Amino acid sequence: MAENILELRDVKTHFPIHSGFLVKKQVGAVRAVDGVTLSVRQGEVLGLVGESGCGKSTLARTILQLVPTTGGAVILNGRNLGEASRAEMLACRRDLQMIFQDPYASLNPRMTVHATLAEPLLVHGICGPSEVQARVDELMRLVGLAPRFARKYPHEFSGGQRQRIAIARALALKPKIIIADEPVSALDVSIQAQILNLLAELCRGMNLSLIFIAHDLSVVRHISDRVAVMYLGKIVELGPAADVIDHPRHPYTRALVSAIPVPDPDIERSRQRIVLAGDPPSPINPPPGCAFHPRCPYAIERCREAVPPLIPAGPSREAACIRLAEIA
Amino acid sequence: MPLLTVTDLRTYFHTRNGVYRAVDGVSFSVERGETLGIVGESGSGKSVTCYSIMGLIPQPPGRIESGSAMFDGVDLLHCSPKVARSIRGKRVSMIFQDPMTSLNPYLRVSEQVIEPLLIHEAITKAQALARALEMMEAVGINDAARRIHFYPHEFSGGMRQRVMIAMALVTRPELLIADEPTTALDVTVQAQILDLIRRLQRELGMAVIFVTHDLGVVAGLCDNVQVMYGGRIMETAGARALFKTPLHPYTRALQRSIPALQLKGEELFTIPGLPPDVSKAIPGCAFAPRCVFVKDECTAARPELVEVAPGHAHACIRSRDGQIDLGA
Repeated sequence: MAENILELRDVKTHFPIHSGFLVKKQVGAVRAVDGVTLSVRQGEVLGLVGESGCGKSTLARTILQLVPTTGGAVILNGRNLGEASRAEMLACRRDLQMIFQDPYASLNPRMTVHATLAEPLLVHGICGPSEVQARVDELMRLVGLAPRFARKYPHEFSGGQRQRIAIARALALKPKIIIADEPVSALDVSIQAQILNLLAELCRGMNLSLIFIAHDLSVVRHISDRVAVMYLGKIVELGPAADVIDHPRHPYTRALVSAIPVPDPDIERSRQRIVLAGDPPSPINPPPGCAFHPRCPYAIERCREAVPPLIPAGPSREAACIRLAEIA
Repeated sequence: MPLLTVTDLRTYFHTRNGVYRAVDGVSFSVERGETLGIVGESGSGKSVTCYSIMGLIPQPPGRIESGSAMFDGVDLLHCSPKVARSIRGKRVSMIFQDPMTSLNPYLRVSEQVIEPLLIHEAITKAQALARALEMMEAVGINDAARRIHFYPHEFSGGMRQRVMIAMALVTRPELLIADEPTTALDVTVQAQILDLIRRLQRELGMAVIFVTHDLGVVAGLCDNVQVMYGGRIMETAGARALFKTPLHPYTRALQRSIPALQLKGEELFTIPGLPPDVSKAIPGCAFAPRCVFVKDECTAARPELVEVAPGHAHACIRSRDGQIDLGA
């Protein structure tokens, strides 16, 4: 088994809320990420799913150290990023790259494709000015763009092509891990498939690890080896992707899977769906005990008492629910 | 007689870069109480079709070149503004994709929900408020009596969409046009909103035109579905027939692009090429450049939408002659 390239140990990211006009006082905190323990192996695709506001994007930013961590440790290749110096962090960033959701916003409109792809190469001194051209051409071919488009600007490309440029930029530094935050949500179905195929192919070909964040479970099921389901800053279920999505154990995962519309009128109209009432609670003041209990159809008094830990729920699977055995 | 009959609608946008044929000869009808799904990728003209019916096309640059939209004996495209106003917002309502931008952030929700009533009905403000409150409760907003006086930013995304639905339905319209109302929402909230639309439709007996790019949503909600591409209708059929026996190569390709229907680990099916450039005249079939079954005759003349079975029509000359096997 390949070794863990990235480890998260009880990672917490809280955003303080201040109040008061002259004397600022902290009155609370948004517990965006609240105790996540997770590992990613070399070459593995880890899917991260959850509703908006569950903390999946904050977790991505925490891994990249784009937001300060409140507690816990992010360990990349055995090095704790929280304690790394600026110079060490810069070196680590080479191994850790990100692809964002909106390819319209994440590319600089005033930079040509060539400039966009050449910048990381020069900043990190990957290659000398004379080799830049060849490397840029190579990157463009890698993501399926013709090198003759290198002098064009982002607005001259379609959404799918722009996402390809963003992927090429992430690959420029030959990273070990790519974090893709909803990379296909803004794209049409037919274009989505192209980008997913590209990402899957690149990960296999370069033995890259990928953390794939999405809210579309069918996309995650397709591309991921393992999937982690988040709810209100915590992981509630973790396991092999197809396993978790086809046979969810945690009540929240069950509801999430059941909410996906099935593209078949006969099945869609006859199946039993679990429709959750209400919205996710606020991460400022999460409910006591299991954060899901106010919306959970199986909740009992005991669920309010303590935060349930992740417990084994089948082969290489874990779920955070105290009633797993009873509701199977 | 159908509630709405659209005949040969053409909406073009005249810009400096040429004429964009956003909707290029679209005909369809909606019966009372029916749910019609319009499916297509971005740029297929599905939203512009709805905006044209509602008279929301900015003119210029837009222009409705030809066609009619007969709603209960009145041509919405050619009637006087006064007549149009008496129908729009009262007998035909519309809800939009993004509840963040389509509610006025400066006005309390109460003001916005009673506005259509004050405009269209001889009613006092107190009566209107009572009706609005009733509607807010019907769309599932808890504690409506208090929350009706909130501002839009005090609601979550799903709740804002409910407010918008309440606003659209408060006048008890006969036709609701829903333009991707659940695209911006999480799957669990999407399931709630779809249930809500289904229930209110039954209670009020209204017809719904549901625009979406998600075939899964269509499967559960719609009686009939029409597939649009490049401003034209490619295929129209009952929901069951469209999913079980698609007859147009584009419909089949769209269906095959859904990740949920594909084996894990296999490469996802993609439609090669890019969506059509509607700023140039397309002489033949709009899908021909991306179609695997293309023959010379496909690009020679524009294929007509021909009914091949009761309620099932498509615009593919090769499929009609039984020359191709879509492998459905």
